[in-house]
Amino acid sequence: MAYRTYLMVCAGTGCVANQSMKVRDKLVAEITKRGLQNEVAVVTTGCNGFCAVGPILVVQPEGIFYQLLKETDIPYLIEEHLLKGRPVKELLYTPPLEKTPIPKMSDIPFFADQTLIVLRNRGLIDPENIDEAISRGAYEALAKVLTTMTPEQVIKEIKESGLRGRGGGGFPTGIKWETCRNAHGDPKYIICNADEGDPGAFMDRSTIESDPHAVIEGMCIGAYAIGSPEGYVYIRNEYPIALERLKTALKQARDYNLLGKNIFDKGFDFDIRVVRGAGAFVCGESTALMASIEGKTGEPRAKYVHTVERGLWDKPSCLNNVETWANVPQIILNGAQWFANIGTGDVSEDPWGGSKGTKVFSLSGKVNNTGLIEVPMGITLRKIIFDIGGGIKDGKKFKAVQTGGPSGGFIPESLLDLAVDYEELTKVGSMMGSGGMVVTDENNCMVDMAKYFLTFTQEESCGKCIPCREGTKRMLDILEKITNGEGTEEDLVLLEDLSNMVVESSLCALGGSAPNPVLTTLKYFREEYEVHVRDKKCPAHACKKLITYNIDPEICVDKGHGCDVCRKNCADGAITGETKKVHAIDVMKCGRCGICLDVCKFDAIYVE
Amino acid sequence: MDAQTIDGIIERHPQDPSSIIQVLLDIQNELYYLPKDVLEYVSKRLGVPMSRSYHLATFYKAFSLKPKGKYPIAVCTGTACHVQGAMKIYDQISRELHITEGERTADNRFSIESVRCLGCCGLAPVVTVGKNLHGKIPVAKVNKILQQYK
Ligand SMILES: Cc1cc2nc3c(=O)[nH]c(=O)nc-3n(C[C@H](O)[C@H](O)[C@H](O)COP(=O)(O)O)c2cc1C
Ligand code: FES
Repeated sequence: MAYRTYLMVCAGTGCVANQSMKVRDKLVAEITKRGLQNEVAVVTTGCNGFCAVGPILVVQPEGIFYQLLKETDIPYLIEEHLLKGRPVKELLYTPPLEKTPIPKMSDIPFFADQTLIVLRNRGLIDPENIDEAISRGAYEALAKVLTTMTPEQVIKEIKESGLRGRGGGGFPTGIKWETCRNAHGDPKYIICNADEGDPGAFMDRSTIESDPHAVIEGMCIGAYAIGSPEGYVYIRNEYPIALERLKTALKQARDYNLLGKNIFDKGFDFDIRVVRGAGAFVCGESTALMASIEGKTGEPRAKYVHTVERGLWDKPSCLNNVETWANVPQIILNGAQWFANIGTGDVSEDPWGGSKGTKVFSLSGKVNNTGLIEVPMGITLRKIIFDIGGGIKDGKKFKAVQTGGPSGGFIPESLLDLAVDYEELTKVGSMMGSGGMVVTDENNCMVDMAKYFLTFTQEESCGKCIPCREGTKRMLDILEKITNGEGTEEDLVLLEDLSNMVVESSLCALGGSAPNPVLTTLKYFREEYEVHVRDKKCPAHACKKLITYNIDPEICVDKGHGCDVCRKNCADGAITGETKKVHAIDVMKCGRCGICLDVCKFDAIYVE
Repeated sequence: MDAQTIDGIIERHPQDPSSIIQVLLDIQNELYYLPKDVLEYVSKRLGVPMSRSYHLATFYKAFSLKPKGKYPIAVCTGTACHVQGAMKIYDQISRELHITEGERTADNRFSIESVRCLGCCGLAPVVTVGKNLHGKIPVAKVNKILQQYK
């Protein structure tokens, strides 16, 4: 049955956390109450990407975008929009610092500058219903491949498209497939890497949550090209929604015989099993991931023999990232040239000669518009952060953007016009990574950020090789020393030496890239390290041991009339004073938790 | 957890040593930790030496050998939450409840752990208490949130 209007409620993790399910229930109740249930349908969709303004509702087919909804807004919204035909102004999106709201989703800058391939179905389908995916073209590419193409032709198409791995390294996908197809051994395995280890990123999870069939279809096509009867999805255990949606999608695909025996009656057999990861960053690495599927601890091995030759159960195995797989059906449907027209460089001669297609990033940190974005390769960082991201929160000053998670680096303001592609990001000491993009502002300390990432990698080092296990630990010791105000000039030199040693001698890329956050901050923000070492100060006021909280006596008395709120809230009993009188903080007692700063309404508290 | 329940879980997976991680995850998801006798039983059933099961249970972060509180608290210390001051929140909870990473309060009510990106970075800093998610929390609100569960 066709409806006149579809109310698409976002059920991505961010919106659900903001109670979008209550909004949905209220919508259903109101619609039924008004007898509109035969005209208006309520659909729950995957993540729309604009998580900063959830819960989100998009009214289709007009594409009117409502944001920051509360249950209590719903009766009025239904009344105005659906009965009287007037969009509710107050619930529309208005860009920061502007007055006129933008009703249409496609006109909002956050969406307008994106190019959707992988996320083309986001917000448009119910991911738990295969028919909706099919009505938007799912499995057409698989049909095309099985009925009209040879495996060699599929590989040629993927090679010519210039698609490169979206999991971090950017290895040309077509070449990987070809090597695996030509490798000796039977059976061959297809694996989807959905381990998503970057601690500040959620692209793969959102892709699976909003369009699981794109990933499944990509894997089917890969399996046909390589000649594999069995695939695995290795997915994080911490992703319950993605896991359930994936299982539902697999079941539905099996019911339609899009997986299983004799698919499309073409004598092609393929099925997919789901294996959950158990929370180890190193298991994102190919050899460790395969060990983990085999039920072992995820310790990487040296890759004298590549996993495409001998991987899972010692058989040829082709591992690709979620986003890589999800690109495949669109390339097959639209052609290699279409894909190669998007992005940078030229891949017709050299597969490493350019970055083609789009990349999904999770944009977060100190930008106004946090969320999930898909942009063409070659877009500048400035455009991402200031146009799509809407600039820095609270009018603060941009400091650096971190790409590539624990294996990536910090990029300073002077490089904001850098085109985002594999080579450019690597050149400046960072990397594409899987797509985390965290923006920092003047209040973030670069030494602290380097320490943050190193704490992470040090904890996640599997311990098999010494440079990574011991090297990262020593590096972390030095960073702690510096942030505690005990660092020396020699420490900076030693830190750099150690970094280079760890990069060169680690067994796998975990250690090999772990020093990147340190090396890039040393390169671009050395002055900040030096202030920590020389003056024992933290210019960003982030390193606890190097700051003190103080009260400005004049503001406290003149503006706040000694309101006493800080003293009542101080957990350490470090504040003295009484109502109407000036207050003061005892530095020796102060635990530097920052509560006083939060609760003071008069900005009388300052940090030095 | 009795033998019958464990058998039921094991039956959902292929009956060989490669399934051990998947079986332990199912148990962990239900009990929030792996009791020693359960670990021993699973090892025996799947033919995995206890030394290896123990290796797995300590290698992977998802497993815990200690029970959690009635309201397990998970503080997101992912990058986005970190830049928005997640450590301040963590320290405040830890100080208020007198527990640190992996510990449980004396009354078994709370336990605390740090976790990675929960996928709602727009709400940073984020904390989950039991099944409830609290986003954009100022340090000053921490105690108020904890009080909801007292
Ligand atoms: C320590 C480490 C962690 C990794 N984590 C991930 C991850 O979370 N997701 C991912 O797709 N690739 C990850 N990779 C990269 C994979 O090893 C592998 O290169 C990738 O999955 C291949 O797929 P692609 O060619 O489609 O990118 C990681 C690599 C290392 C060394
Ligand atoms: S970093 Fe905390 S939710 Fe993403």
